[in-house]
Amino acid sequence: MLKQTEGSRGVADAIALCRPEVICAYPISPQTHIVEALGVMVKSGKLTQCEFVNVESEFAAMSACIGSSAAGARTYTATASQGLLYMAEAVFNASGLGLPIVMTLANRAIGAPINIWNDHGDSMAMRDSGWIQLYAETNQEALDLHIQAFRLAEELSVPVMVCMDGFILTHAYERVDVPTQEQVDAFLPPFRPRQVLDPVKPISIGAMVGPEAFMEVRYLAHAQQEKAVDSIARIGADFQASFGRESGGLLRTYRTEDADIIVVALGSVLGTIEDTVDELRAEGKRVGVVGLTAFRPFPTVALREALGHCSRVIVLEKALAVGVGGIVTADVKASLAGLPVETTTVIAGLGGRPILKTSLRKMFDEASSGALKPMTFLDLNMDAVNREMERVG
Amino acid sequence: MSVQTIKFYQTGSFVVGNRLLEPGQRSVQSDPERSNALTSGHRACQGCGEALGARYAIDAAMRATAGNMIAVNATGCLEVFSTMSPETSWQIPWVHSLFGNAASVATGVAAALKAKGRTDIRVVAQGGDGGTVDIGFGCLSGMFERDDDVLYICYDNQGYMNTGVQRSSATPPAARTATTDVVGPEPGNVFGQGKSGPLIAMAHGIKYVATATVADLRDLEYKVERAMSFRGARYIHILVPCPLGWGSASRDTIQMARLAKETGIFPVFEAEGGQVVNVAKIRSKVPVEAYLSKQRRYAHLFGRSPRPDVVAHLQEMADDNIRKFGLVDNVAEEAY
Repeated sequence: MLKQTEGSRGVADAIALCRPEVICAYPISPQTHIVEALGVMVKSGKLTQCEFVNVESEFAAMSACIGSSAAGARTYTATASQGLLYMAEAVFNASGLGLPIVMTLANRAIGAPINIWNDHGDSMAMRDSGWIQLYAETNQEALDLHIQAFRLAEELSVPVMVCMDGFILTHAYERVDVPTQEQVDAFLPPFRPRQVLDPVKPISIGAMVGPEAFMEVRYLAHAQQEKAVDSIARIGADFQASFGRESGGLLRTYRTEDADIIVVALGSVLGTIEDTVDELRAEGKRVGVVGLTAFRPFPTVALREALGHCSRVIVLEKALAVGVGGIVTADVKASLAGLPVETTTVIAGLGGRPILKTSLRKMFDEASSGALKPMTFLDLNMDAVNREMERVG
Repeated sequence: MSVQTIKFYQTGSFVVGNRLLEPGQRSVQSDPERSNALTSGHRACQGCGEALGARYAIDAAMRATAGNMIAVNATGCLEVFSTMSPETSWQIPWVHSLFGNAASVATGVAAALKAKGRTDIRVVAQGGDGGTVDIGFGCLSGMFERDDDVLYICYDNQGYMNTGVQRSSATPPAARTATTDVVGPEPGNVFGQGKSGPLIAMAHGIKYVATATVADLRDLEYKVERAMSFRGARYIHILVPCPLGWGSASRDTIQMARLAKETGIFPVFEAEGGQVVNVAKIRSKVPVEAYLSKQRRYAHLFGRSPRPDVVAHLQEMADDNIRKFGLVDNVAEEAY
């Protein structure tokens, strides 16, 4: 059913259609509208056989999710920014225990300085947490990815984080197609946990593992994520077959076939980049864009295939590894190892700084002329930076 | 589930032997078909109070629930000594997640069971004093406040024993730990305001709060069974002496627990809905010195440069408990 709705509301509708059994909620902007909507659905009786637990912190939220998932319930929570960091210990624990929790991350900057607006600093900080990370480009994709996320998580016993840009997507009203319950039920089978806390067949979950087996346990987690590369592609294709639209998958290429310069990016900024590419294409410039939907596991093979033919790759990153530069860049470079492709990093949109088409055009122009530095901060106010550097000496 | 037949004739303390009791009143441990929730072969130290307390508490919970229960464990000695992979001592469904989140994990388990309509399966969370009144305190308070259907059991050995005997907020004043050493003008732990897990639990107004020690295991079993007769959040705080951390002889674990109670240092009571409804009276009042002098963590209060002033301070605290909780009949009358 087509619906003009807020991004958060669309995600809440998708979650409800997935028949969650436990939802844990702790408020943090810009994620709040999702759990607010779900809370109303549970309280009003619209969403049945579901417990909505208001907890006292994000650490408690993820911990309650761990207990609920270990007891065999389909489990969901949402968070952002500081909340993700506050639950970090439990985030790693959930994946270590192989619990297929699905969590929405409304991407938001990490303080200090405190900032509620969008960038990817939060999810990138959890890059190595063992969770699958999927990034939505649009509200429709955010909605669709959550339906795929439960299937992916439960097939593999790996938790999935669906990342959607805070405010830009969560608070934007757009037209989305909300599927029917019958469609979702046909796509997403009931949760059958790999192992479960059950008095009839008692097991101990979360035992201490020493040096003789810890490496093997970690290797198995890695192997499971490698398996997820195929699963993400297959479930994405299944979704398209069932719902009639392309959503998910590992990555998406846009006008890359004969491109000299290709931008790699994640999330909602892809729309702006695609518009810029259209304009430049109209002027005869051979440019394209690759949107990474899956960041963990990293789609190395698919990306090498998508980028291998071009001469320059620009990785546009909404996060900064202080002291290094790009985060996604390192993985992109590793995918292109041995190929004659120049890779540059552009840090953009930190703390909600708008990424404008004019700035992107300038970036493409500089890349064409060879003037783009290997590490560029888009729209950086150098006057302010220099002034502050002079002041502090 | 495998059962282990009884190895010894079990009697509680200050009570008649099981032989003279009705079967329903006998210790769970006297039953040849006892559940052995925490079975033998684990790696606890000799004389471990926590292993004993956990064994009695969880077996009692199993009796109360006919085995329909799930346990959640905080990180700590109990978790480490019972579940070194690939082995486990637990004969019940058991999950360990982190140090500070046992109460929240239990909330999640209870929520899952409620959503599935399986409220016949009960949830018990357990942790040491560090995992309960320090790092897990926020989660615990949240679980209490929501009145989630969880019994939380704290095994209080008054310090971080698993990491090598460091101070927790349950460590008593003057006690030596690795982070409150016997140096400076105030040797041992500071005299702060103290932090009573049970009283804070009561302040949440939850259905049931009780304290117990491993010196009176029948009382402990009764309290666990009583706790399981309620729905909602419940809390039991058990004093479990730690020979390693306290510097007491491993054979004296029960005696240490008994002295803690008989001195008034550790009041044993029950509370319902935030009100004390029952206290275990002191049978024969003992000065705190008898308790302190048997533990190396207090050795600096005696010996070559004794600190009678500090001992007197600790005696005052015990006497204060006796007055507040009415632990000795005549003292209670004086107080009112």
